[in-house]
Amino acid sequence: MTIEKSDSMNYIEEYRDSKITRAILQEIFRHNKFINTNYMEICGGHTVAIFKHGLRDTLPANIKLLSGPGCPVCVTDISFIDEAIELAKKKNVIIATFGDMLRVPGSYSSLMKEKSTGADIRICYSAMDSLKIAENNPDKEVVFIGVGFETTAPAIGVTIKTAKQKRLQNFSVLSSHKTMPNAIRALLDADEVAINGFICPGHVSAITGTTMYDFVAKEYNIPCVISGFEPSDILETILMLMKQTNTGEAKVENQYTRGVKKEGNLKALEILNDVFVPIDIKWRGIGLIPSSGLGISRRYSEFDTRKKIKIDLPLPKEISGCICGEIMRGVKTPKDCTLFAKVCNPENPQGACMVSAEGSCGTYYRYMPDMKK
Amino acid sequence: MCLAIPMKIIKIEDNLATAEISGAKYKANIDLVPDVKIGEYIIVHAGFAIEKLDEESAMETLRIWQDVADFHDNREKR
Ligand code: SF4
Repeated sequence: MTIEKSDSMNYIEEYRDSKITRAILQEIFRHNKFINTNYMEICGGHTVAIFKHGLRDTLPANIKLLSGPGCPVCVTDISFIDEAIELAKKKNVIIATFGDMLRVPGSYSSLMKEKSTGADIRICYSAMDSLKIAENNPDKEVVFIGVGFETTAPAIGVTIKTAKQKRLQNFSVLSSHKTMPNAIRALLDADEVAINGFICPGHVSAITGTTMYDFVAKEYNIPCVISGFEPSDILETILMLMKQTNTGEAKVENQYTRGVKKEGNLKALEILNDVFVPIDIKWRGIGLIPSSGLGISRRYSEFDTRKKIKIDLPLPKEISGCICGEIMRGVKTPKDCTLFAKVCNPENPQGACMVSAEGSCGTYYRYMPDMKK
Repeated sequence: MCLAIPMKIIKIEDNLATAEISGAKYKANIDLVPDVKIGEYIIVHAGFAIEKLDEESAMETLRIWQDVADFHDNREKR
């Protein structure tokens, strides 16, 4: 049967065709060697897709999916939230942020609480919105809260470059951007949980390209498959990982060829490398990981909040009972948290993993009704 | 914030595209994918197009899947 592009093709429905997903599932069962196998999805977007489409329940029982540290809000260290909160308290500062950050608890407060007591905090759909806020408020300093991985950082890079072109003097970014490779390395070196394959993030890879995971296959002998986000994509990725597991191979494969080129997005990488430099950064639950963060490069230092404003931080205080950190390392699941759905829910989140739409706890809460009982 | 979704470009003005998904329209900055055209699909993340979807690869994937589906159809019929 030949397949031609039709006008109704929208790059979503075609990948949810139940006939196709069923056929790939049959292939998965056909290739199953009944060995206990753990595959980790690193990206929060994959976690959501896996739950939304009920994929965990359709897989053979010996194949377990673990969620990794791929939700940018969740991996943000509490001291960074504290930093944003301290800035929000300053009279001459306007905080511009993606909505997800608002309810993330810091040690003693949250941006939401600060907003309710009068701090000027504005939610942006795009980082570019924050430039408009800066232009409209020349006597205030507009601080954009920069979180996200390689997918988001180039967009913030474009925003900073545009600010430079516009010669904006009252705009800066508090950067907590992170990069994947060294976090994966830290996770593997900690050796807390057996990982037999990685479902690699599709949209991080759209920027970075496919070679970023070579070290995982070569040095750690673990199969990697870059995956799209639709049900058939994820199932095909699992099938590709299983085939590698069965033959004892470990290589990097790309299932998401329609969105990810081997070399990545060169334009985005050029901007990323111009505006940012690698820095050591703290990850919630994992700790300080060398060269796993993105600081603002010297060329753009006038847009680095930390160079412009002195911030005195309170002593960080971790939330008692919250096990977000262990969940992000794949060691525990939200089921192991005694606060889940009792004290902690999306309206009253105790930890970052419950706040974000891609966080493990938030995802379990939304898609696993039985757990709320 | 990391949910990036495919949208169809229906208008381009300077570095701003209007893209559509199931009737809803969004604006997306296209500085990271400067050579996109109207009618193409882009992946939009936090207000920016981060990549365009490659039609040929998409078709190739769908073709392979169809073969897998046909194979299982025939097995069941046998
Ligand atoms: S359920 Fe709440 S308290 Fe428990 S780990 Fe998740 S975010 Fe933390």
